[in-house]
Amino acid sequence: MRDVVAGYGAVRILHGVSVEVREGETVALLGTNGNGKSTLIKCIMGLLTPDAGEIYLESDGARIDLTKRSTEEIVDLGIALVPEGRRLFPRLTVEENLLLGAYRTGARADIDRNLPFCFEAFPVLRERRRQLAGSMSGGEQQMLAIARALMSSPRILLVDEPSVGLAPILVTRVIAKIRELKDRYQLTVLMAEQNFNQATKIADRGYIIVHGRIEFEGRSTAELRENELVKKYYLGV
Amino acid sequence: MKTRGALVVGVAVIGLGVLLGGLRVNPYVYFAGYVVLQYVVIATAWNVLGGYAGYVNFGTPAFFALGAYTSIFLIEAFKAPLPVLIVCGGLVAALLGLGIGYLTLRLKGVFFSIATFALSVVLQTLIINWEYVGGAKGYTLIRPPAPFFRSWGVLLFTLMVVLAVVTVLVARTIERSWIGRGLAALRDNEEAAECMGVPTLRLKLFATTLSGFFLGVAGAPFPYYVTYVEPSSAFDLNYAVNALAMPMIGGTTTWLGPVIGAVLLGTAQQVATVTISSELNLLIVGVVLVLFVVLAPEGITGLVRRLRRR
Repeated sequence: MRDVVAGYGAVRILHGVSVEVREGETVALLGTNGNGKSTLIKCIMGLLTPDAGEIYLESDGARIDLTKRSTEEIVDLGIALVPEGRRLFPRLTVEENLLLGAYRTGARADIDRNLPFCFEAFPVLRERRRQLAGSMSGGEQQMLAIARALMSSPRILLVDEPSVGLAPILVTRVIAKIRELKDRYQLTVLMAEQNFNQATKIADRGYIIVHGRIEFEGRSTAELRENELVKKYYLGV
Repeated sequence: MKTRGALVVGVAVIGLGVLLGGLRVNPYVYFAGYVVLQYVVIATAWNVLGGYAGYVNFGTPAFFALGAYTSIFLIEAFKAPLPVLIVCGGLVAALLGLGIGYLTLRLKGVFFSIATFALSVVLQTLIINWEYVGGAKGYTLIRPPAPFFRSWGVLLFTLMVVLAVVTVLVARTIERSWIGRGLAALRDNEEAAECMGVPTLRLKLFATTLSGFFLGVAGAPFPYYVTYVEPSSAFDLNYAVNALAMPMIGGTTTWLGPVIGAVLLGTAQQVATVTISSELNLLIVGVVLVLFVVLAPEGITGLVRRLRRR
């Protein structure tokens, strides 16, 4: 993603953001509320068209421009989103939620394989498969949102603020789960998060976004920890 | 119940309808039966958009009347036969559905409902001012002797049995397909559906188009049924209210809901018309609807499901 400029109507949120995620990496996108993390993720998913800049996916030597693709095509390319605030289908059952994760024609063929995988990775979802998604606890809902994203057999997982509204112990569990799944399915992960400590537990490296600009690029979590911005904003040192 | 089983039941219902047509009962039975079955078609068609996709349409009279007036136009212009009227009435109303889907692209919830209600008013005004199809003073159809059947009452009754069965079978097939699953996602959380790569716009347009088609189909034989069509009867508020109330009472998430609602409420209205007064209908609908919204918001099918789970 290079020099991306985006916003809603007259309000500009991103002012030339460049972010790179290499295959197999876990990259954290760090920033407090209102700095453009979700906007950036929406741009990647094709839910929002950038005003300028380019977003592309390189795979097998081909370079695919994502700004010209619809969300449907982007899902087909193997990119899946765990949306902010979970965005489940609250009045549908857990199983129906999971099946909707595999809505794309390409993913439907793999349901027989992916559904048992999800139940194995999240045993609680198997127990509650007939329960309405909205009636589960916050932690379980977040697990369902992650499982639902996996139903499309993605190669790249975008996770938008998995810690929102969860108790600290649950955040730890969710973060650990993301790492476990990443290793298991060889996923590439881009995670937007404001919980610095949790995110750096699993990230290989990260970016700090402030007011729609990348203010710092940390090539390792150690570099991130040492950064003045981080110390100022997150660690309160 | 498997698809083949549903087809067998459908054919059996049609057979039953033909048998009923053969009975020498009071002709009023066929007239009343026609209305109830017409409401099965209307409620089921409405439910594809209102129940499955969650877009509450207040403009049912527009689609119904468009079916009826398409028929009148085709009778006037080409003396077109009944099967042609039904297909064309459906197609024209489907086009209207597609157009409304596009126009209301970003409208959700109550705003969509208001837009569809406005549509009905606009269309009625147009028809009132179109002399060719009768304008404000209405259109009188002189029916030839009924072909194949001993009376128009029996013919139209049998026709409506067939249309109702076809509509319900189509709705049921959609409900159980990926389209139905996508529509349920649209109903529950459109934003989330978009994130999952569900083609929300195309599904919405599909629902408005198909719903419009069957509402038009329901209206197409209307001129033959009443023989005198005026704008205020074709655009009757009853259609808007019933189309919404019947699925709500029966349950909106399954095909069975609108059928149960239409049969119960439709029959109750017919009985009330004969025994009490024809003006009382809307009052009955209102009272029953309020009762259901308060006591069983998921309708009869939802109530049964909840009791079973215990």
